[in-house]
Amino acid sequence: MLDDHNDDRRGFLKCMAWAGTGALFAFNGGIGSSIGLDAAIAAPRKMALAPFSFVQVSDSHIGFNKPPNADARATFREAIAKVKALPTRPDFIIHTGDVSQLSRDEEFDDAEQMLKEAGLPVFFVPGEHDMLDPEGGKAFLNRFGKGSQGAGWYSFDHRGVHFVALVNVADLKPGGMGNLGADQLKWLKDDLAGRPSSQPIVVFAHIPLWTVYAEWGWGTDDAAEALKLLARFGSVTVLNGHIHQITQKVEGRIAFHTARSTAFPQPVAGTAPSPGPLKVPAEQLRSMLGITDALFVRGHDRIALIDSTLSA
Amino acid sequence: MTRAFKMLSFQASVLVACTLLLTVISDVVSAAPAPAPAASVSIANFTFKAQVLTVKPGTTVTWTNADDIPHTVTSTSGAFKSKVLDSGDKFSFTFAKAGQFGYYCALHPHMTGTVIVKA
Repeated sequence: MLDDHNDDRRGFLKCMAWAGTGALFAFNGGIGSSIGLDAAIAAPRKMALAPFSFVQVSDSHIGFNKPPNADARATFREAIAKVKALPTRPDFIIHTGDVSQLSRDEEFDDAEQMLKEAGLPVFFVPGEHDMLDPEGGKAFLNRFGKGSQGAGWYSFDHRGVHFVALVNVADLKPGGMGNLGADQLKWLKDDLAGRPSSQPIVVFAHIPLWTVYAEWGWGTDDAAEALKLLARFGSVTVLNGHIHQITQKVEGRIAFHTARSTAFPQPVAGTAPSPGPLKVPAEQLRSMLGITDALFVRGHDRIALIDSTLSA
Repeated sequence: MTRAFKMLSFQASVLVACTLLLTVISDVVSAAPAPAPAASVSIANFTFKAQVLTVKPGTTVTWTNADDIPHTVTSTSGAFKSKVLDSGDKFSFTFAKAGQFGYYCALHPHMTGTVIVKA
């Protein structure tokens, strides 16, 4: 059993040849894995087995208009077109936050309108840029957080998979990183209680739930509390945004993955004076933006995540 | 009532009026000058510069966001709180009393700074 699991992990690591900028998540019942887009296209038989897939988009920053991207609306529209063109129609979209640049109504409006073009349900979590209205996130919650609790957390089941949306951008503490808070952790404990360990879990939140780079605040202070609650499950996939680039790791039976932004790239941790936008030349921009596609295959042992770029 | 007395009385009134006027002018003059102390902090590369700023009571500190990403200036004690500062936006606060005032960016809380106010 343990050996099987290790094989899965090796397979998972081996498959981390990223096609570019989006990821396809394939759920095979076990650890999430990612395969290159080429491999996915070359293996339509496997894809055909998939009972469902979903897509992650992140960090659309609608309203951003500075180098390297004078129009974050245009690139978000391209990302939506990319979702519509996927060979397997996803069941829904998750947006892992920073929908807007400054939490302005017109930014939220435009994001909502563009997402409607995909014709799919969309599940949101806020990023810190979505908390900037005078009431600290009410504008976002009123529009995208209906039925959620606290600062916007919730969960739902879809075809046997349990999806948990967490908020780690509310009530941030001076000197700290992302923060879930005691109320949300208590809610999570209750939400997971009584679920069989065999149920696949997908957790999504804006800021990474593991520490990618503390100096830039790329982590969540109390994530360990949440991960402890998830440790007993056989398949946990954690999907985040915030850092505008793909990073991933596997820890125990938890697979972590961050998605690209649809607006602008950020530097690799520690390679620049600050995490500000990476000012790449125009011709390079779309190769650094993209979407992530997730495919769930019942009865198989892993989740496939395919990242694809806007330039691909 | 003699003419001479009336004259004297008029002169006295003028004198009083002039004195009052001078008093007012001198008040205005003494209140105006002594420019209010000011200091500035730039927000660049996700840091507050200077990270620790020492000023005298009454100093107005102005923060300017030089980044391409919005930030805030949020006091840890609640003493002051800027709106979100987009690129180029400014926020000012006058520190009337002595003390130590920690603050951070509510979007990127790893960004912290301190203003020390002492006479």
